[in-house]
Amino acid sequence: MAERRNFSIIAHIDHGKSTLADRLIQHSGIIADRNFRDQILDGLDLERERGITIKSQSINLPYTSKDGREFELNLIDTPGHVDFTYEVSRALASCEGVLLLVDATQGVQAQTLANLYLAMEHDLEIIPVINKIDLPSADIDMARMQIERDLGLDGANALLVSGKQGTGVEELLEAIVERIPPPTGEVGDPLQALIFDAHYDAFRGAVAAVRLFSGEIKAGDLMRPMAIGKAYKVEEVGVFRIVREPRPILRAGDVGYIIAGIKSVADTRVGDTITMDNNPAPIALHGFRESKPVVFSSLYPVASDDYENLADSLERYKLNDASLVYTKDSSAALGQGFRCGFLGLLHLEIVQERLEREFDQSLILTAPSVIYKFTMEDGRALEVDNPAHYPDPAAIRGGEEPYIRASILTPDRYMGAIMKLCLERRGVNSEIAYPSPGRMDIKFDLPLAEVIFDFYDRLKSITQGYGSFDYEMLEYRKGDLVKLDILVNGEKVDALSMIVHKDRARARALNACERLKEEIPRQQYKVAIQGAIGGTIIARETITAFRKDVTAKCYGGDISRKRKLLEKQKAGKKRMKMVGDIEIPQSAFIAVLKTSDDE
Amino acid sequence: MADSGLYVHVPFCASKCPYCAFASCTRLGHLAPAWRDAVLAEARRRAGSFGTFDTLYLGGGTPGLLDDDLLASLVTGLRRALPFARDVESTIEANPADVTRDRASAWRAMGLDRVSLGVQSFDDDDLRFLGRRHAASQAAAALQALRGAGFTNVGIDLIYGLPGQTLATWRDTLDRALSFGPAHLSCYGLTVEPRTPLARSVHAGRVVMPDESRFEAFFLETSRRLAASGYVHYEVSNFALGPRSASRHNDKYWHHVPYLGLGPSAHSFDGARRWWNVRGVEPWLRRLGQGGLPTAATERPTAEQHRLEVLAVGFRTSSGVGLPILRATPGWQAILDAQVADGRLEVADGRAVPTVRGLLVADALARAFA
Ligand SMILES: Nc1nc2c(ncn2[C@@H]2O[C@H](COP(=O)(O)OP(=O)(O)OP(=O)(O)O)[C@@H](O)[C@H]2O)c(=O)[nH]1
Ligand code: SF4
Ligand SMILES: [Mg+2]
Repeated sequence: MAERRNFSIIAHIDHGKSTLADRLIQHSGIIADRNFRDQILDGLDLERERGITIKSQSINLPYTSKDGREFELNLIDTPGHVDFTYEVSRALASCEGVLLLVDATQGVQAQTLANLYLAMEHDLEIIPVINKIDLPSADIDMARMQIERDLGLDGANALLVSGKQGTGVEELLEAIVERIPPPTGEVGDPLQALIFDAHYDAFRGAVAAVRLFSGEIKAGDLMRPMAIGKAYKVEEVGVFRIVREPRPILRAGDVGYIIAGIKSVADTRVGDTITMDNNPAPIALHGFRESKPVVFSSLYPVASDDYENLADSLERYKLNDASLVYTKDSSAALGQGFRCGFLGLLHLEIVQERLEREFDQSLILTAPSVIYKFTMEDGRALEVDNPAHYPDPAAIRGGEEPYIRASILTPDRYMGAIMKLCLERRGVNSEIAYPSPGRMDIKFDLPLAEVIFDFYDRLKSITQGYGSFDYEMLEYRKGDLVKLDILVNGEKVDALSMIVHKDRARARALNACERLKEEIPRQQYKVAIQGAIGGTIIARETITAFRKDVTAKCYGGDISRKRKLLEKQKAGKKRMKMVGDIEIPQSAFIAVLKTSDDE
Repeated sequence: MADSGLYVHVPFCASKCPYCAFASCTRLGHLAPAWRDAVLAEARRRAGSFGTFDTLYLGGGTPGLLDDDLLASLVTGLRRALPFARDVESTIEANPADVTRDRASAWRAMGLDRVSLGVQSFDDDDLRFLGRRHAASQAAAALQALRGAGFTNVGIDLIYGLPGQTLATWRDTLDRALSFGPAHLSCYGLTVEPRTPLARSVHAGRVVMPDESRFEAFFLETSRRLAASGYVHYEVSNFALGPRSASRHNDKYWHHVPYLGLGPSAHSFDGARRWWNVRGVEPWLRRLGQGGLPTAATERPTAEQHRLEVLAVGFRTSSGVGLPILRATPGWQAILDAQVADGRLEVADGRAVPTVRGLLVADALARAFA
């Protein structure tokens, strides 16, 4: 029987994990060249559009070593973006080793280090790999030095590869089978299969991605997720080879999938252990730590009668993204919805887009919020992540908000613009370093709330895409926090309320009013848009009523054209929210989350 | 069922006006005889789906450009090919530059009894801006010629909302038009149609169109002034001297009465299906020459689509929309009440009827009930 090697590829974002995975997959020959495409493991449309990995993805590859031994390699490609670290930690739970990639032109970066620590926590064999050596600007010596100095690994032992050109791939494969230990675990022991990922298949129900630590499982067995008191008959087991490939049996050490016709999503929990109903393991494997969200926003269906449907979709979505947490929420303007916690802004954006695309939901998001802390006059401490729960201001003694240490790498010509942006956003403690000629590393302490409000997009735009942004969490600091309400024709739109620092309230209010003015179509009536703190109006815009809304001519040929337009507008109405008698399009709720380009 | 309307599209113009998006061409006049034969062929091939016709409308393009013999043979040919009612309203669209006393008499001799004259303005600056071939004085002469030839049913087309036009100059144009006592007036707000030379000028900033509030002022002034002279504002852009002077033909479009359109780009509705012809003269000729039909596409609106059509068109006319049509809209009563309270709709005889201000926002009214 073929030996097993289970490993993940981990690195900072864009250091070439998915591209290297491509070469390993191609080397195995499991996919015909004509069916191949770049970053083949990035299967989600969103991943392909954005060129980043969002989901960890495992694949089973056959390999024959130089000395003729047969292997099955289970490779997991992981995301590099900090928002998806949770994906990495779950992948690592099913491995004995990692390839830690370092881009030879960029060297060790924040997520290189963070992911290394994760691998060390799991006690994994670490193979440092210097990638992109084909690039003219590759600096292999620097990378080696940083691997020694910053990571504490043996730089001399690092492999040199180009994922793009395939250089060094054969040596890498040999190193994988030589250096990464084979999985341990007895086939004869009771089954322990860790669910490290899952997704919902409309035809087959929940598909659990598992790593077997002991025992074996095959179709027909009666299995039981240990957190659930219920047994299910196994319909199919197999391995991932881009598509699912059924196998007669999975054994200790294997990575693969289990389908057992589970239609109730709650019965497949990532982190749970699957065992045999008639011969259960005495204890479950260690699950995963709950992820700790830092950004909160509420999701509402555009059409309020879609609430049940959204509830269903969220549950199924969570199967495939265990880091999303949510509870019920409700709003006077938007009806019933969910308060969701995200690991970061990108995570928020991805969840929204995946729900819209994969589950066909039309969503409205409220302004993202951080967790604010309030000390009340009576001494109580309050944590608030939802403007709806902002306490009575008269009873507040003081407020605090979370800060981050931002690190912005940029060509030095953008320094002025970046400083201006950070200062506007209440940045303090700036520090500037010049890691290499022409490049700067600008550091700032910034309130997280300012960063989740359109900071990254602004940075991208003022640095024409050259600025990169990274951050680590700091402590909570004092801040004068107020609640900003937005009123449309005098009616408060609760979904547009936000907690903001007093010094920034006016700017935020003006921005929200301007954005809404652009997004709300002119109506037959004048519409007033206002920003207010308590009873005080601090910003105001007016949408004038239209004077004319008719075409001059309408002959025989115009009738179908007019009707088609009306059909489109009728469909568009479903994406409108009525606030009083004003129609607010879904896009308006999103637009207030952005600043205009000329801020 | 009411009698059907017959429309014939004449795709020829002497020159192309910079604001016009109609299907017409200036170079293909030599194709006119072939075009006539093909119209008659299309008439014979399409005759089956319609009952009798009580209107004939020669539109375009510039039907008045066609020479008398060709026109006469076209009209006789149509009479032979299709069943007509006893009383037929037969209209020809013409430009002032093409109307003489002799020609007008010839038209009457063919049995045409209504002329829709493209005067557009009685101000020579306006006419130059619009790229028209005639001067204001020619328009007056043409109207005289029509009267002399015995035409009592004459419609005058005017355009307002031109850059540089003031309410005063527009009033002058209206008064000049009224002085001829036309049975019918069409007053169109100038619209910037995409892909026209006017659109390019506006886009390039060479021409600045009046804003909405000016447009509104023109619209209301027109309605007021014509009402004072006894004209009924029976459609967004159309006014009739008493109910019987309304364009019988155009009314069919607005009330879902069948109409057959012949010629390139013409649209038809047989009571259930809508179809339209290919746009180009040559492709249209080719299809008919090959013995087939020149249809570009056909559709059969569903009940809901029909309802939307009624909404799209109904609020444009003084007969409005029947309440049963509105009842299909969730919350219709509240929407209706708000519009009535705001003076855009009135309810009379089980119909929601737009006020003059309502006509000005007819598309928004349709949207509100869609
Ligand atoms: N020249 C060169 N470019 C490479 C190499 N490996 C990857 N790239 C390029 O680097 C970019 C990022 O590659 P990916 O493979 O998507 O990087 P990743 O680490 O998977 O990125 P995330 O999954 O988003 O963290 C792409 O444009 C690749 O074409 C290499 O060896 N040489
Ligand atoms: S406006 Fe009339 S005359 Fe001028 S190009 Fe158009 S169809 Fe021809
Ligand atoms: Mg990737």
